[in-house]
Amino acid sequence: MYTFSSRLRMASFIMMIVGVLGIGIGFMSAPSTVEEAKALVASHGDAHAEEAAHAVATEEHHAESHDAAHDEHVLHQLQNKPWSALYVAAFFFFMIALGVLAFYAIQRAAQAGWSPLLFRVMEGITSYLVPGGIIVFVILVLSVLHMNHLFVWMDADVVAHDHLLQGKAGYLNPTFFLIRAAVFLGGWILYREYSRKLSLKQDESDDNSNFKLNFRISAAFLVFYLISESMMSWDWIMSVDPHWFSTLFGWYVFASMFVSGITVIAMVTIYLKSKDYLPEVNDSHIHDLAKFMFGISVFWTYLWFSQFMLIWYSNIPEEVTYYVTRIQDFKLPFFGMVVMNFVLPLLLLMNSDYKRINWFVILTGIIILVGHYMDIFNMIMPSTVGDQWSIGIPEIGSVLFFAGLFIFWVFRALTKAPLQPKRNPFIEESRHFHY
Amino acid sequence: MASKVIHAYYNDDDVLMHAVKKVKDAKHHIEEVYCPFPVHGLDKAMGLAPTRIAITSFLYGCVGLTVAILMMNFIMIQDWPQDIGGKPSFSYLENMPAFVPIMFELTVFFAAHLMVITFYLRSRLWPFKKAENPDVRTTDDHFVMELAIHDNEKELKNLLMGTGAVEINVSEK
Repeated sequence: MYTFSSRLRMASFIMMIVGVLGIGIGFMSAPSTVEEAKALVASHGDAHAEEAAHAVATEEHHAESHDAAHDEHVLHQLQNKPWSALYVAAFFFFMIALGVLAFYAIQRAAQAGWSPLLFRVMEGITSYLVPGGIIVFVILVLSVLHMNHLFVWMDADVVAHDHLLQGKAGYLNPTFFLIRAAVFLGGWILYREYSRKLSLKQDESDDNSNFKLNFRISAAFLVFYLISESMMSWDWIMSVDPHWFSTLFGWYVFASMFVSGITVIAMVTIYLKSKDYLPEVNDSHIHDLAKFMFGISVFWTYLWFSQFMLIWYSNIPEEVTYYVTRIQDFKLPFFGMVVMNFVLPLLLLMNSDYKRINWFVILTGIIILVGHYMDIFNMIMPSTVGDQWSIGIPEIGSVLFFAGLFIFWVFRALTKAPLQPKRNPFIEESRHFHY
Repeated sequence: MASKVIHAYYNDDDVLMHAVKKVKDAKHHIEEVYCPFPVHGLDKAMGLAPTRIAITSFLYGCVGLTVAILMMNFIMIQDWPQDIGGKPSFSYLENMPAFVPIMFELTVFFAAHLMVITFYLRSRLWPFKKAENPDVRTTDDHFVMELAIHDNEKELKNLLMGTGAVEINVSEK
């Protein structure tokens, strides 16, 4: 049995408290009027260029109303900042748990022989689905209640003047949106809790019926997961930019959550192993996880590039604006994440020996996790805060809060069952697994 | 090189593995082991050095990537930078997404083919090469361990008999 080390518990509480302070400061310092927003923008160094651009614009069109509309736009962007920071971090940690759940279901459905020793670690991480999913859902409900401007299609005024959004209103309307979110979350949490229950029951039973049932529900879950995950990515991420669409977006988000999830499995496993809680996990298990980290990083890059290159190549105006804003306003995060998510994992994890060096896997894992946080950041921020983005107190505070909550919840769940399954039919194979 | 070698025949890979370990423990040098299929762990038991073919493959891949970049930079950007459908041929970087599929494929092509050719050269394989197996049965269901004899024929024979060999031959090489 694992006992939660008090130092780690303390660290998670400190992260949460600091995080809450950061989130609070973010919300306090967001402007509430146009004047405040103007003052905030003017106090920044980059305001000069903006003023110059304004002067030209005012000269050319004599549009004062245009100017006022722009100021209001900036106000909304600044008001969105703490919300977006919260949403990106909440979704990022939730998606780690969901990615681990998908990996876990695949291991069960594929009847993998190497991974049963790690099932309890995966189950511990997926326990975060419940609090993480509820928090994301609450943020979505608050958006529907017009507490923020994250999803522009939720604003009835905007839809009334936007022909395109009217056309999509059959799918993108607040009621249906929340029903879908509830169904997805309900399905994922239901599978997680039921599979965990069967997994624990298998330890005490004298036949394999629980294992077989778990195999069947895992296969069924994967069908549900692929459909729901794809729709979830349209709903929760793509719809912050409701004029834009991409067909492989669901896969792209999936690759991001899958590689983050596998990375976290590897990191938690290495942590527990270093504390002597997983004596039977050997370097070959770590090697396999590192291979997955490597392979899925490349898979993510393949999807990122396929989406980017197809849109860049054809250059259709209604599609390409998505990348124009990102390359203009988010150059460093946008291309920096490709380096962190592709180039560094590719070079660091290519060597077979390096995949067995635990600190090396942790190092690469940190790079991958930061990279995929930036990936979600790049999906949400350009549409909600535009060129007003920065990585400051609200963003770091949100990440700290959810990281603390994640650590607390996951390691608390790990204390609730023995870390090694007793009666899994593949446990012997997993124990002697070597590569 | 000894002029005489001893061939010990085995008909099971488990027995062969044990035999290899025993012979290594007795500090005899194993010249060669002929198997009909790859025996997992045999290279470790024999103490063979790990292969470096993956490293050559990585280097060949780098060569392929360089070839692709230099080729397309010369053709598309330096030599005749035409406007083809509005693609920005002003610099390599600006038009790079269009070149990535070729960069990728040439990297894989060079890495794969040159590595295979390296494998053929290092293991001396080519068409019309004379087969080297000492006994045709080694391609079907027998394993043969080959040891050089240095005036210790009797001792070797006794050792190999104890390892479960089904047949032992001494031959000139």
